[in-house]
Amino acid sequence: MSSYSITEPSRRQKWIAAILVVTYAVITMLPLLWIISTGFKSSSDAIAYPPKVAFQPSLEGYVNLFTTQTLQTPEQAEAPPPDTWYGKLVHEKGLAIVGPSRFGERFTNSVIIGFGSTFLSVFLGTLAAYAFSRYRVPLKDDLLFFILSTRMMPPIAVAIPIFLMFRSLGLSDTHLGMILLYTAVNLSLSVWLLKGFMDEIPREYEEAALIDGYTRFQAFTKVVLPQAATGIAATAIFCLIFAWNEYAFAVLLTSGAAQTAPPFIPTIIGVAGQDWPAVAAGATLFLMPVMVFTILLRKHLLRGITFGAVRK
Amino acid sequence: MAEIEVRQLCKEFGDFTAVQSSTFKIEDGEFFMLLGPSGCGKTTTLRMIAGLELPTSGEVLIDGEEVSQKPASQRDIAFVFQMFALYPHMNVRRNISYPLVSQGMPSHQVREKVAEVARILGISDILDRPVSGLSGGDRQRVALGRAIVRDPKCFLMDEPLGALDAEFREHMAEELRSLHDRMGATTVYVTHDQLEAMQMGDKIVVMNHGVVEQFGAPQDIYDKPATLFVASFIGSPSMNFLKFHGRVAAGSTSVEMHYQSLEVPEARAPFEGDMIYGVRPEHVQLNDAGGYRGEIIATEYLGTTQIVTLRTHNGEVKARVPSDRRASVGETVGLSFNGATVTLFDTQSGKAIRSALNEGVLSHG
Repeated sequence: MSSYSITEPSRRQKWIAAILVVTYAVITMLPLLWIISTGFKSSSDAIAYPPKVAFQPSLEGYVNLFTTQTLQTPEQAEAPPPDTWYGKLVHEKGLAIVGPSRFGERFTNSVIIGFGSTFLSVFLGTLAAYAFSRYRVPLKDDLLFFILSTRMMPPIAVAIPIFLMFRSLGLSDTHLGMILLYTAVNLSLSVWLLKGFMDEIPREYEEAALIDGYTRFQAFTKVVLPQAATGIAATAIFCLIFAWNEYAFAVLLTSGAAQTAPPFIPTIIGVAGQDWPAVAAGATLFLMPVMVFTILLRKHLLRGITFGAVRK
Repeated sequence: MAEIEVRQLCKEFGDFTAVQSSTFKIEDGEFFMLLGPSGCGKTTTLRMIAGLELPTSGEVLIDGEEVSQKPASQRDIAFVFQMFALYPHMNVRRNISYPLVSQGMPSHQVREKVAEVARILGISDILDRPVSGLSGGDRQRVALGRAIVRDPKCFLMDEPLGALDAEFREHMAEELRSLHDRMGATTVYVTHDQLEAMQMGDKIVVMNHGVVEQFGAPQDIYDKPATLFVASFIGSPSMNFLKFHGRVAAGSTSVEMHYQSLEVPEARAPFEGDMIYGVRPEHVQLNDAGGYRGEIIATEYLGTTQIVTLRTHNGEVKARVPSDRRASVGETVGLSFNGATVTLFDTQSGKAIRSALNEGVLSHG
């Protein structure tokens, strides 16, 4: 028998907690695993009913994702299959590759717009948060409330005015337009989150730097920024997740040159109807950057979202 | 090193006046204490000397140069914060060398200088440790190291011992004082602890509600308080205040209180009205022959001495007497006061009345 303690959970409590956590993790991971596995199924396995858990893996989905195909012409059908492994895969199904698909471009657009707007939101947010935290800004509380008020309705509620504005400013379907839009939406979150972090950093650090002979700006970059790294990382993750996953504005405002991956992926249509393995493959690849980014900054995120509630 | 002069310094935060027309002078090499209760404006005054706060009006002169509107970085001073404010993302060595790096000193020189300072403070062995794991005392030493490494014109310290525990504080106070004596650097030190101020300071400024109440050597401030506030703030237990209505003529050496004539230092200004007879507990004797009487209501044993509290016609009186003097609660005894040490105060204004005792101090305080 272990001795009784108020703060230390008992063995049984630990077991219950572990089971709950694992169950929850499995439930949340299941759709993710399903998407990843569907990406490696053949078209027929993907729509098989009852669903197949064990299947012959195939790269068909990924090949379809990255290429545009057409039915073979009689000459192509008679010619020997192409040398490449993906050419053969397509050839067996009676199709021919006519060129790369647009997925690569769309994905690149997502990277440019997602990371661009994240950088801009965090950059502007850090400067604004520092000013709000350290300077006597006239009407400070009103300004902060005003900044927050931009998030009091769903951003999509103003979709039509934004659509009209973008059209007359020539921002429709441009990278710049989407970066500006996502930055505008994220900025209030970023200012508020970062102000919380800045408030936690004692002023004495900067004052010490000022006395040690540094300018205000040097004190900011050399002393405040390293201290705020955790908060900046946490804010960047939140901003990136929003910009990366945003669907409604992307559908509305982009169609070609600046279209991001979210509106593109569902439109992947194979030669014979919806190509689910290709859609799943696209979704899997689309998950990766945010996942990698989040894992890289995980340590900061965990400390960051507790908002410095625990004094160091 | 430098001499610092503060002239008519004022600081207002909106409607709140933090410091009201303060004037004092800190001589070269002095260990100077800014003493007062919390919220009295002592820290604001220090921050204005440092350049972390700009005064609303008034002048700060360091070595005769007016610097009140200059940024902190151009004043060549060092500041030690109460919470130390060591840069948490740097190790001890980088913390100490930081001010030198900002001056663009070559790195081999920085290394030498840091090693020298570390030797003075006895922290050579922790130079490569991160600051987060250090004890309070070591953090304090690193903060001092960062201050002295640059040979600044003066050191400004904002309750540097406030974050340490009592036992260690005493030790650090001695270390600070001996460091000051070795370096001979002008030091301005803010504290709310009157014992610390008396123990370490060459000179003390006592502030209250943003006003300089008195400024002088510790002994002068203790023996010749200029105001009721100073008299009550300094000393433990504080000075006894016996309230009475009476008059004193210029040149007279006694006052009449409750039908008894009590000796006072020769008055230099006439006064009539509500007065306070201020006498330190150690200048009160229990004396059965004395005409002025009081009833013992409490005794407090302190080892070699005891504090006896008595009720008199003019209020409570505490006397510090040898512990072997028998005193039992309820007993009525005679009291005598050492008249040469007494200060009379004007109740209304709270100011000391001029006498042979305090004349020299009041004229420049």
